[in-house]
Amino acid sequence: MHPQRKKRLRLILFLVIAVGAAVGLAMYSLSQNINLFQTPTQIANGEVPPGRTIRAGGLVVEGSVVRDKEGLGVTFRVTDGQSEVPIHYEGILPDLFREGQGIVALGQLDNSGVFEASEVLAKHDENYMPPEVQDALEKAHLDGKAKMENANSSDTDTSYGKGAGY
Amino acid sequence: MWQWLKQLYHRMGSPKWFYEITERWIPWLAIVAGVTAVVGLVLGLLYAPADYQQGDSFRIIYIHVPAAILAQSAYMMMAVAGAVYLIWRMKMAAWVAKVIAPIGASFCLIALLTGAIWGKPTWGTWWVWDARLTSMLMLLFLYFGVMAIQQAMESEDGSYKAAAILALVGVVNIPIIKYSVEWWNTLHQPATLTLTEKPSMHPDMLWPLLIMLVSTYVLFALLVILRTRNEILWHERKRSWVKKMMES
Repeated sequence: MHPQRKKRLRLILFLVIAVGAAVGLAMYSLSQNINLFQTPTQIANGEVPPGRTIRAGGLVVEGSVVRDKEGLGVTFRVTDGQSEVPIHYEGILPDLFREGQGIVALGQLDNSGVFEASEVLAKHDENYMPPEVQDALEKAHLDGKAKMENANSSDTDTSYGKGAGY
Repeated sequence: MWQWLKQLYHRMGSPKWFYEITERWIPWLAIVAGVTAVVGLVLGLLYAPADYQQGDSFRIIYIHVPAAILAQSAYMMMAVAGAVYLIWRMKMAAWVAKVIAPIGASFCLIALLTGAIWGKPTWGTWWVWDARLTSMLMLLFLYFGVMAIQQAMESEDGSYKAAAILALVGVVNIPIIKYSVEWWNTLHQPATLTLTEKPSMHPDMLWPLLIMLVSTYVLFALLVILRTRNEILWHERKRSWVKKMMES
């Protein structure tokens, strides 16, 4: 290669790597702010002061959804597998909201430790399959669980969506 | 092999050669792009089963994902063409970078709009400032920046060089888009299609998506070739081979 061109090639590589390193460091130092939501563990550890508006995200705990007797109010707990945070929300929930589903709620923690949400968004995972396949998987999953429980009555299963099937 | 590649590379630098060889490719590219688009869309919209969670609204994936992937590949190609121009001063590379910018920006806009349309029924919002959506918006602005600089200066050569440098600097955004869903908590779900793992999608849903991906890439190639030919004719309009062709 022509020495002049070699020089330009090196200059360009240097430019790309230097910019990459600079942006990488900036991203690393800002990573707490780039996260869209805080996990229940972060909230339980007291990393979030009460009254500050944040987003909280996690999986809706099975069987935790309680609707108010009057109005649109609903209370549920979200978990990340370690900690749980109770969330209260008044309004219309997205269609994909259901138990076991990932959600992201915007709101503030009140003094009693309940997260008062003003907006609830539903996450969906990267798995796509027809409902029949999901039913079959669920059945196989339950059968397998029953078998395991019969075998040693210890249930350590925590697979929601991810890793199921394909 | 290396010699052959080198030869091809040098030939590609010749506008006349490029113009003549692509003449024959155009109808084939158009046929392949059209047929795969029809097959992919019919399979995806009519024959693929509905999703267990999202029902029919997941079908927008057949536009959204190919457009988003292509917006990023196009950016990489534009940056590489820019680098070739900076290093070898090859005019053809500058023209290719120039014609890719608006095409890539269009695909990026399609990805953002279809993403918003998909987000409303599934997430419950059109837009959220999470890392994936924001970095994709940055990609659109980078395209706009490159397009603006390409037209900015008196001398064509200077604006192409400046635009190429911006394109190269912006390359840093591409891995950020790709890994945003892994590095940070986002509302957007992780990738379904990866090179290293089996896709987390039922085969009946996956095939139309792969066909649409091929279709989008071929369509992109066709658009780039057509627009590059226009650039060639414009820049070489005073050359004898163009004049001769126009007269006949």
